[in-house]
Amino acid sequence: MKSQSQLLKLIHQVMKTPLSKKTKLTKKPLTVEQKITRRNFISFGTFIVFGSAAYGGWKWLYNSPEETATVTAGARKPLRKALNKTELAFRRIFSNNNLVKTYPKEMAAKNVRHNSDIGSGGKIDTAAWRLQVKKQSGEVLNISIDEIKKLPKTDIIYDFKCVEGWDQISHWGGVKFSDFISHYKLDDHAQLEYVGMETPDKNYYVGIDMPSAMHPQTLLAYEVNEQPLPPKHGAPLRLIIPVKYGIKNLKRIGSISFSNDRPRDYWAEQGYDYYSGL
Amino acid sequence: MNFPILTIMIWSGMLIYWANDEYRITLFGHTYFMFFPQWFYDKLNIPHRLAEGMAFHFLFMWFFVLNGVLYVLYTIISGEWRELLPQKKSFKEAWLVLLHDLHIRKMAPPQNKYNAAQRIAYTAIIVMGLGSVITGLAIYKPVQFYYLTWLCGGYHLARIFHFALTIGYVLFFVIHIVQVILAGWNNFRSVISGFEVINEEPKPIIETNTPSDENPAK
Repeated sequence: MKSQSQLLKLIHQVMKTPLSKKTKLTKKPLTVEQKITRRNFISFGTFIVFGSAAYGGWKWLYNSPEETATVTAGARKPLRKALNKTELAFRRIFSNNNLVKTYPKEMAAKNVRHNSDIGSGGKIDTAAWRLQVKKQSGEVLNISIDEIKKLPKTDIIYDFKCVEGWDQISHWGGVKFSDFISHYKLDDHAQLEYVGMETPDKNYYVGIDMPSAMHPQTLLAYEVNEQPLPPKHGAPLRLIIPVKYGIKNLKRIGSISFSNDRPRDYWAEQGYDYYSGL
Repeated sequence: MNFPILTIMIWSGMLIYWANDEYRITLFGHTYFMFFPQWFYDKLNIPHRLAEGMAFHFLFMWFFVLNGVLYVLYTIISGEWRELLPQKKSFKEAWLVLLHDLHIRKMAPPQNKYNAAQRIAYTAIIVMGLGSVITGLAIYKPVQFYYLTWLCGGYHLARIFHFALTIGYVLFFVIHIVQVILAGWNNFRSVISGFEVINEEPKPIIETNTPSDENPAK
């Protein structure tokens, strides 16, 4: 108790001193040197404080824990949050009026680059293959490749872009996804938020936001360079979605489903952005 | 502010670039120069981190833009831009400054807060920053921002410009650091604390005067 009151006294004294000396100080102004030292102290202090804050912030971010695995995985928690927020910002400017640039047929590559076989390796019996469309009611449509080929055909020659940084002008033919939807009277399903597509062996899968899927240049493609798709390019039917990076262009579609939640996505589980839009 | 943000943007940019490192200087089928040799990648632990690089790049792009916008607003509101924008004579003078800095010419042209070369450099860096944002968006969303991609001369050119600007920053940074070291401690102190180098100069005059002279100065 005694020491506390002593301390209070001391504080009182210290508090008092600048007040009583203030009148003297105004008479005797700070020398230029004093001013310089004072300002230097303040500014260097601020510089060091901000510097360490920046360093600390960076260390925190760099060592932040990995997100809990859901439809997305493999990224640092705060970075995944940022990716999702950034997606929302850029989805605002998405418009069906913004079209991918197209090229004349002569510019299409003869040797179309082939990057991955996940989910589409080995041979496939295209005659036995059926596209399964899983409706909300539980009903499943089984559609053969010949039926799909009877739908109005659309060709596109555009610059296919890979997330790795390479790109290639290539020529694809198939049915517009939006035409497919209206032909099979799935318009109510197109009101949902997402489309999910998986390969027949379910080893590769993508989730796509409905506006991108319904973009007028999104195709269910069965031709490359006016020839039926070879197995390595996803025979008999693959997704060509020019408003997305290559990772979303699923080869050898086995099933299509619709939902309001994000469907699982192969590369989003490996730390990549779920949206991956262009 | 600039240094950490730019460092992170360049580092994460390299994580991305590694995935398809195609830029090199090739003449008549012989490659003279690859931008980054393998040991450089290994040393900085660059390979196989594309997803991570993109995640960092697309977060810090917001800070990069915000920082740039705030800085430009500050120079406009404070009137600092008058010291920073190049004037008509700046381009001629900048050459003289260069000759002076290289010790070819003895006299430097008269200057205000920033000399002619600095005016050009500090304005150029803002233009470069803007260029990085535009070319960046042109690569990032080439469909939604198709007009930016067109403005940059297409996807490939946009990517090359984006890359070249980065190299530009590194050069700017190196020259900047060399200049700061040459300018000395006093100058660096003024950069941090904000008061100009001229403030330092009256100091010795006061020191040589007797303390009694200080009062009338007040």
